[in-house]
Formats: sequence, C-alpha cells, structure tokens
Amino acid sequence: MNDFHYAKASTAKEAADLMNDQPGAVYLAGATTLLDLMKANLAAPPLLIDINTLPFKGIEQTKDGLRIGTMERMSTVGENPLVVQEFPAVSQSLLLAASAQLRNMASIGGNLLQRTRCGYFRDAAFPCNKRQPGSGCPALTGDNHNMAILGTSERCITTSYPGDLAVALLAFDAVLILQNQKGKQRQVPINEFYLLPGDTPHRENVLEAGELIVAVLIPTATHAQHSTYLKVRERTSYAYALASAAVGLDVQNGIIRSARVALGGVGAQPWRSPAAEKVLTGAPANRATFQDAASAALQNAKPRSENAFKIELAQNTLVRALETVANA
Amino acid sequence: MNPTNNPTFADQQSSSDVVGKPLVRVDGRAKVMGAAVYSAEHNQLPDLAHAVIKTSDVAKGRITGFDDSAAKRIPGVLGIFTHLNLPPLAQTPSTSEGKKKIALAMQMSFTPLTSDQIFYAGQPVAIVVADTLEHAQHAAALLKVSVVAETPVVSYRDTQAKLFTPTEGAAAQVPAKRGDAQAAFSNAPVQLTLTCQHATNHHNPMEPGATIAHWEAADRVTVYDTTQAIASTHKALYVMLGLPPDNVRVVTKFLGGGFGSKLTMWPHTVLTAQVAKAVGRPVKLVLTRPQMFTSMGHREDQQQTLRLGATKEGKLLALLHEKISTTSPWDNYAEMNSKIVHMLYACPNFDASVKLARANVMTSTYMRGPGEAPGSFAIECAMDDLAYQVGLDPIAIRLLNHADKDPGTGKPWSSKSLKQCYERGAELFGWGKRNPKNGATRQGNKLVGWGMASGSYPVHDAQGNARVRLYADGHALVQAAATDLGTGTYTIITQVAADSLGIAPENVYFELGDSALPTTAMSGGSRAAGTVSSSVFLAAQDVWQKLIKLAIADQHSPVYKAKPADVEAVKGRLQLKADSTKGEAFITLMQRIGLDDLEGVATGHYGSSYESPEATLNTPQAKKDDAASHSMHSFSAHFCEVEVDTELGTVHVTRWVSVVAAGRILNSMTARSQVIGGSIFGIGAALMEGTVRDPHLARYTNASLADYHVCVHADIPEMTVAFIDEEDRYINAMGVKGLGEVSIVGTSAAVSNAIFHAIGHRLTSLPITPDKVLKALRKTQ
Amino acid sequence: MASEWSPGSSSRRTFIKQTTGLAGLTLAPMNQAEPSAPGPTLVQGATELSLRINGRVYSLRAEPRTTLLDALREYLHLTGTKKGCDHGQCGACTVHVDGERITSCLTLAIMQQGKQITTIEGLAKGDQLHPMQEAFLKHDGFQCGYCTPGQIMSAVACIREGHATSDDQCREWMSGNICRCGAYPNILAAIREVASSQ
Repeated sequence: MNDFHYAKASTAKEAADLMNDQPGAVYLAGATTLLDLMKANLAAPPLLIDINTLPFKGIEQTKDGLRIGTMERMSTVGENPLVVQEFPAVSQSLLLAASAQLRNMASIGGNLLQRTRCGYFRDAAFPCNKRQPGSGCPALTGDNHNMAILGTSERCITTSYPGDLAVALLAFDAVLILQNQKGKQRQVPINEFYLLPGDTPHRENVLEAGELIVAVLIPTATHAQHSTYLKVRERTSYAYALASAAVGLDVQNGIIRSARVALGGVGAQPWRSPAAEKVLTGAPANRATFQDAASAALQNAKPRSENAFKIELAQNTLVRALETVANA
Repeated sequence: MNPTNNPTFADQQSSSDVVGKPLVRVDGRAKVMGAAVYSAEHNQLPDLAHAVIKTSDVAKGRITGFDDSAAKRIPGVLGIFTHLNLPPLAQTPSTSEGKKKIALAMQMSFTPLTSDQIFYAGQPVAIVVADTLEHAQHAAALLKVSVVAETPVVSYRDTQAKLFTPTEGAAAQVPAKRGDAQAAFSNAPVQLTLTCQHATNHHNPMEPGATIAHWEAADRVTVYDTTQAIASTHKALYVMLGLPPDNVRVVTKFLGGGFGSKLTMWPHTVLTAQVAKAVGRPVKLVLTRPQMFTSMGHREDQQQTLRLGATKEGKLLALLHEKISTTSPWDNYAEMNSKIVHMLYACPNFDASVKLARANVMTSTYMRGPGEAPGSFAIECAMDDLAYQVGLDPIAIRLLNHADKDPGTGKPWSSKSLKQCYERGAELFGWGKRNPKNGATRQGNKLVGWGMASGSYPVHDAQGNARVRLYADGHALVQAAATDLGTGTYTIITQVAADSLGIAPENVYFELGDSALPTTAMSGGSRAAGTVSSSVFLAAQDVWQKLIKLAIADQHSPVYKAKPADVEAVKGRLQLKADSTKGEAFITLMQRIGLDDLEGVATGHYGSSYESPEATLNTPQAKKDDAASHSMHSFSAHFCEVEVDTELGTVHVTRWVSVVAAGRILNSMTARSQVIGGSIFGIGAALMEGTVRDPHLARYTNASLADYHVCVHADIPEMTVAFIDEEDRYINAMGVKGLGEVSIVGTSAAVSNAIFHAIGHRLTSLPITPDKVLKALRKTQ
Repeated sequence: MASEWSPGSSSRRTFIKQTTGLAGLTLAPMNQAEPSAPGPTLVQGATELSLRINGRVYSLRAEPRTTLLDALREYLHLTGTKKGCDHGQCGACTVHVDGERITSCLTLAIMQQGKQITTIEGLAKGDQLHPMQEAFLKHDGFQCGYCTPGQIMSAVACIREGHATSDDQCREWMSGNICRCGAYPNILAAIREVASSQ
C-alpha cells in the first residue's frame, strides 16, 4: 500500500474541502473495496477522507417509497423490516452477497461502486483496458469463463459491477442522489448511472470527481413487493454470481400487470431487460411466458470462447426466479 | 534388547485406557484461546524486520535491470536483494552435487535470485527488507523490474508443448506392467474408455507459508518455518547455508494446515535466512495469498485415460492407464496416479504410462492423496461405468473384482477390511434402497443421485526416533521432532505415551516441532501417526527395561532378584508376570531409590522396515509373517448423495458416509475429523476447485480465495464416519496405518458417481461446475 | 506511490506528521482522546494511535495504512487473530467491533479508535473459557486451528445476531469463515449446541 494521508471529515463540507485540496483523494466508508484494491496496488490515492460519521444514514419511508442513506451498512439494510417487506429482492440481494462480516462493514454507497472481479483487472501484472486504457484485454482470448455476454465491447468484456444490490435496485427503478463538493444534489436514475464499456471501459459510471452517493430512493410498487433475487454460484455461498436475476411481478387473475427484470453476472453492467418485461406484461403468468421472456432477455447475448453457457444459465435463472415469484 | 521381554507390538488388550478414546485435543485450549503460536508469530525476537518478495509479472523472459530509486527512498528499508547482490548459497538443488545432498528435502530444483532468467509467473525476482511490514510492502511495490518477455508454454495442452516420457525423477516411477494389457483389452467382450481432465489445484492451507530467520551468531541460525517436515527442512537449510547441522535449528510448534504444500522446503525459506544474515536482524517473511499460488507447489493439471476390459459378467481383464501432465522446466514430477489403478482390483493385465510436457510453471508437488486421489477418480468412475454397463450394483462390481492379495506384487495384505467398509457404509447410507436406474429420481427441479467409491493408500516406509523421560513424580516428557498440522499428532502421541507409561494423559507433556528433538518422519504421506506412535511406545518400553533392571537389584522391591523376563510393566506397575500382587508402582520405586527421572529412547519403524514380533521371535511362521513380505494399505469406502439442479446446473452434496479401515485408531474423535476433512477436500476438488492459467501469458487468473473456490460451510451436509477395527501386527509397533490420505482417496469419484446416477451422464472433467452440468444435460433434451 | 502532496494552506487543519521510527507498544490509560483541533486532522506517517481492545486501552505508533489486523498482530502482538488472505476472502481475521463481527484485514486501525474491539484473546474470562470455546473443544471444531479464532468470533456473533436458529441458516451465515481442514460439521455442532443452550 502507498503512504497516504488520512483525515476524518465530520461534515460533508469538510469532506468536500479536503477533496478540493487534494486531487486524487478518495472517500473512505466501509473500506472493504478500497483497501482490497490498495493492497493489490491497483489504487494509490494520496488522501483517504473518512466519511463514516457523515449523516447520510437512515432507512425511511417516504410518500413514494423508501429512502436509504448510503452510509448504512449492507447488513442493516438487508435485514431492515421495511426493505424485507417492500423490496424482498433488494433484501435478498444484500444478504446473498459477500459474507456476514463484509456486510457489516460495507456501505451501500461503496457497494454500488465496487469494482470488477475480473482476474485481469485484479492483477496489475496483466494488461487491462479498464486499468490502463489502451493496454489490451487478455480476457477476449483468455479466461473468459465468468465474463459478461451482454453490453460488452472489444475493449472490455467483464461484469464491471460483480455484485448484487445494484441489480435489484435496477429492477425496481431506484434513483441515486448524488451530492457534489458544493453541496449541490442531483438525482440520477440507476439505469443512467452505470456506463457500458464501449471505448472507455475505465469510465464505469457518471459520478463526477468529488461527488458522493448520499441516498438511494426506491419507489414502492406491487411488483417490488412480489419480488425475488436468485443468485447462481459455483459454490453455495460466499461467491460472486455466474448469473443472477432480480424479478418482480404484479399478477392479477393469472395475468401479469407489470413486471421488472434485471440480470446480474451476465451484463457488462447490471442488466435491465425491457424486452423481457414487454413479453411478460399482459401475458399469463406461466412457464411458457417466462421462457419467452428469458429468450427475449438474452436475445442479443454475445458469448466468448468459454462463456456461452451463460446464455442458457441466465435464461434458466430468470425463468426460475419468475416462477418463484409467481408461485409465492 | 531381548525381544522376549521387550514388547515390540502394543497389544490392544494391554493398552486401552486412553488410546482410541475421543480425548479432547491437548493443544485445543491454546488454539481456541488464540494462544497457539504459529511460525510467523514469534514476535518476541529483538528488532524483528519484515521481508516482502517481489515476483515476476511475466512467465518467461530475462531481467534486464532494476530501478530501486523510489523503493530505496522508503524510510526503514534495510535492504533490496536481487540476483545481482544476494550473497550466494553454499549449495543449491540446481546443481547435481546440491541435488544429491538436498535430495527429497526440496521438491523444486530451481533456485530463484541466482540468475536473470525468468521461468514462471510469480517467480521471486527480488526481496525487500524493512523495519515494518508496511514499509517493506510499499518498497516492494515501488521496485521496478525491467524484463524482456518471451512467449511461454502454458500447459501440456499448449500447441507449443512437447510431450515426453520421463526416464528419471518421480514421474518415471511407473508401476510395473503385468500380462499383456493391450491384447487383453482388444479381446475383452466389454471395453470402456474413460478420459478425465483435472484442473490445477492449490493446497491453500489457511496459514500461508511463513518463515522467521534469526541468526543468533554469525554461523548459527534458528528458523521458525511452516514445515510439515522438520528434519528435511533442517537438512536443506544446513546444506544450502553451508553450516554444520548443529548450527541450524528449525522450529514449527503450530502449523496451520499443509496438505503437502509444506512437506518440502521452498525457496522463500532459505531466502529469508539469507536476507536475515545480510541485514543483521531477525527477519519475518509471510507469503501473501496470491503468492501462495506460485510459491509452494500445486497439484498439476493433468489428463488421464483409462481403458478397461472386462468379461460380460463384469470381471476385469485389462487395465491400461495413461497420464499426461504439465511439469516445470527443470523437474520431472507427476503424481503417480497409476499406483492405485495397479492394486485396487484383481486384474491379470495392467499397463501404465506417464507423459510430461514442460511449461512455464513452478514444479508441482504432493497434494493430499498424491497420485491416489486423481488415480482413484479414474478407476472408480470407470468401475461405476462398468457396473452400469453390465447391469450390476456398484458395490457388487467391486466385490466381484475384489483383490484378495495385492494384484501387483502377489503379496498377501498385512490387513484389509475393504469388504467390511462396503458393508458398513451401505448399511449406514441405506444403499439397499438405491434406485438402480440412472437419472430417475426427481425431486422438483432436482435430480437426486447416490454414488460410492473405494479408496486406498499405501503404508510408506518410514522410521523415527523418540525420547521419553519419566519422572518420579509421575509425569513424563515425551519428545520427537514431529509436526502437528491439525492432524492431531500432539493428542494421539500423548495418548500413546500415557498408556505406554501407565499415567494419565494430563501428566504427559509431548514436545514436537523442533530439530533439536529426536529426528522423526515427516508429517506427510500418512506417515506420522504410525511412526511417531511406535517410536514413543518403544521408548516407553526402553524406560521399563531400565526400571526393571533397577527394581530387581533393589532389595526393597517386591520383584527383587527376579529375572528381568519374569517382570512386566502394567499400567505403571512393575510386577511379576506370574503373580501380579508382587509389584509396585514405578513412582514408589523411583522415589525410594532416589531416582528423579529416567530416560528411554527408541527408533520406531513404519512399513516394511518394521520387524514384527513374530519375525523377531523367529517362530516357524517367520517367513510367512515377515513384515516385509506383506503389502500394506489402508482402505475406505465413501458414499455420497447429490442433488443436481437440472436448470441451474448446480450440484449440492446432501449426504455423506465414509467408512475407513486404517489399522488401530488412536483417537476416535480426531480421526473422525480427519476423515471428514479429507472428504470435504475431495468434494471441493470434484465440484469447484481449479486454478486457471491465462492461455497466452501462463499467469494465474484466479489466484485468490475469492476466485479459487474451496468449500464453505454452506456446501457441506451432515457427515457420518465409521471405522473398521483392525489389528495389523506387520506395519508397526502400534498397528497404525495413518488417515490423512486415505480420507480423500475416492471421494471425488463418489461425487461424480452420484452425479452420474442423478443425471445419467458421466462428467469427468474436474471441477464439475454448473456449465459442465448444463452441457451434459443438454444432451438429454 | 509516495505522495508528494503537502497539506495545503488551510490553517484550520492540524497536520500530524511524525518521523517514522520503529513502532513501539506501550500500554496507556484511557486518555488518548481524539485531538480536538478545529476541522479535520490530516494524519501521515507513524502516529500515536489508541485502540480499546478486550476492555484495555493499547497505545501504538503506526501509520494510517496499518490495518487493524496488522496492528493487532505486528504491533500489539495479539496474534490470536489470524491473517489468512488479507483481502476479506477467508474470515480468519474476524473480530468484533462494537459487538459486530468484521474482517480486521479490511479496515484501518486508525478508523477503529474509540470503538470497542474484541479479539479471541478477550473471549475467555480469565481461565474460564467462553461457552463457544468449550463447545469447539468438545465437538473438535477445528484441526490446524488457524481459522479457529475467526470461526469462534464469527460463531459468537452469529448466535447474537439470531442467525443460528437452524442448521442451514447457521451454515449460510458462517460461510464467510473458510476452514481448509474441513471441520465444518463439527463447527456447526458446536454452534448449534451453544445456540440451543441460550
């Protein structure tokens, strides 16, 4: 690890001032992602601004839904009764991630900014366009077993966000509240937050320098109450997804009134599928419909040498998740 | 010694107080309190400095220079060592002379930091020493290494790879052929060919490799190391450092697992000693987890093809086994899978071959059940296929082909209870209720399958010394330079000593893990329990012989003037064999004659070097009972239930039964734990473990515990273990066979056989991950 | 990369930079309150830190980059907490901070000042083992012992959280603690026994 400076900010203004003074400074919350990267010499910020005492906390019911402060920990949010009741898929996505210890540490904001598990990104000895633009992507012809099949580019094929929460938030139309160094806030729907790799895989989201994610808003909806998160892994727990699905259905008299579908583990970013939702909406809630929706969701998949299995796996994952909700 | 009054075999009847009982681990309290001191934790050393290894990014090439300008500026840096400035070693295993002297103490003959050549990714190219860990890590990161990279060979599957048949080294030790396997296979009514691929596996003990080197004088060093083999590490170190043996001490009091990775010494240990000498301070080096993938060996990536010929009834006629695997640029190592194919079943015709390809990887090494674990996968999956093909139950096909004597050597078994393992396992598992049809048991989205497999592991010859010091106050100090890597050595030897001396286990202090103690066998290849227990038992007999001599010379003793042969030691009492009322406790004798303590020593033999009591007695059956004329193996049977999700491809083990016959069980609780542990290791290998090298750059892409999956709690169901009691008088004085390896052998096959039963498809490429399951199931649709 | 940055001109801030030296351990009474200078304090280099561990206050000189795990093991010689991976991937370094289990390798010591830290060394009351430690002994919930402190700390928290009410729940919530020796069934038995006795 590099020799950095450390400062504890007690207000957002202090944090912003520190950030202003020091180009390259980073915010420090749960530390789980940041220290992991720094220990691997993948990040070397000159200053860590500890924001753990900033008041971006609380899980509150608003008139439209839920507001979650991003300094809350994964464990707190995952087991919060409001979240469990109104957004089961969100709760499950949190509790199926990482380990109990890490969930006690990692903040919601940090979770949304976690970095890829791609072995080429994680090891500075490899070239990687995400780490060093223009250096190449060995995964294209290398170990791409767990790489993405949707939204990739010839510069980068990884699942840039390897986690779970953002997949569930994406399914249920969450909005992120970002606050810049001047204290000014803006709202960004989560489906506009993450960037596909294209020619600039090093740019992963629209967060500007010094901006903080301070809250997540999730609108209440029937399809969110009837939701689930299914995660398929190579071991039963404590592993990243090969494929995952966050789905929600509002079914009345056997007909789907509204549906939400997002996939994890298969997209270059968390992957919402309007095509699948279109198939589902208005259709009978049965296996045939779900299979059609799954086909639609993976229609544009582009597998590489070792990950074609993900098409079938993601489809089956999606069908299973939809059946789980429909039969609940 | 007179064999007639000096027992060389511990009769079960006479030693039964604590041997075999589930005594709680004697080192357990220290472990659960966090008080057990592992090798990297000897922090009391004055001015302890920290070393960090810098490794090569590329897998092949040449170092053209170092830029240490930024690294040097880090405060507290004490030294930056490369091949350009590291003081040379007296010997290395890279030369023929050094190799001869170091012999098997080092698995890899290459010594890093001796030239500018790079042979594998992760090869040490520099070592940085600083006052704090943070400074050393930072400086190592800042050190720049200039390299001219070349195209590496990645594995035996690389188009650049050149396959060859080794004529020397471990990979050349192929079991002898018998009969004409090729012809017998060609003529066999039933022919099966099974090809298995095994991913590279890494041991990943929870405790990383670590060394602390402390030079107490210019020519005297103590090395606290993570080693399973005190004696061979000691030897490698004194040879390489050019010191007299007495000037090097190796200490390993607690060892956080090893599984073979800590069996032979690796370069980082001697590097630590070298830099500690250079900086003039004790130095601690702890490998990082990613470095654990390129520093202490691995199980090589391999492919085996087994061709099996049988009669229509399922009787084996021919076994032809071929293995192809990756080895390093210098060494001919391949784990010898064909050993178990050679001996597991009665089969008149057998042949095997090994081919290697050199690639840019470090030398692979022994990993739990080396040879037998993957070899059993091939033979036990093939037997399962044969059972299916000829319409027999998997147990029935094994009974039909049961080897009543060693098919390879024709020798009788010293003991074998495999049939009992099958029987007991079937009973515990409820095997009788198995649906004979594959792919036919569905529960919702899942198919359920039951599979079983046999396991076996040989008794490797070994010997070792022990010292027992018995005190007049009734306690004893017992010493042997063994290690306890979690296997329970501390505990089982305490039990053996307690019974041998007739004292309570809490009055035994067993000291291990120090080269200053009597030399003994390595903790590897399931040698330790049999060797150390025997030497301790015999050292206790030495104590008794000395005490008997003193007793019969003491006029106050109830056995005064008796013949030594007429006196026996029973539960700490010296008494007349003919009249047990004539005797007294050793405490009484020692205190009366003013003897504070008495020491006994002995050498224990394990395997064919052991002379059984029958042999030494020179009875008429001497020839028949001569230990060396027996084939010595432990045996086991594993039973597994899996649920396979037919849409998601996931496999979950839901039930498990292991039955093991391994001679005398010294502690039923730690033995059960070891068997469970071996099975879990095997389940991991079957379902999830695999290290991947980039197909162009020959560098691992998943060198972490997040990406190299080993089993977690949620993967493991309740497990049942049973032992078949055996009294084997031919293997060693305690009749112990060892458990570490036999507990894993056959387990991966049991999982694969259960999957075969569940889905009706044979999966032979390990690990069996969801993608492979889905691919197999697609054939059904 | 060492930073060439200097703390700027802002006079509100206190800048602590101390010469780097050998880290020493001293035991001090609970008087190491946070500096009360106005505005945030920039800390660089080896600095006096104060950690409350197992009910005792420890002072140490360490850098901001010193993790809690390294502070425990290398500075305070509380080596019961183990380093298995240093990346939050194995659970061997599990400790409690304010009663919650965390992996001490992925947090900085400087961040944990003022918190109540409990390590494996603080679980027993003198010679009297914690019930979980007793249960691990009884059920042979370990072999090599290296993951054991982390397993035990995690297990204690697992019950406290209410996540040990069934075998499957317990397995899932203990999955952040890897045991390569494979003591899982025995660990489960130990936890379930303690859970059912409470």
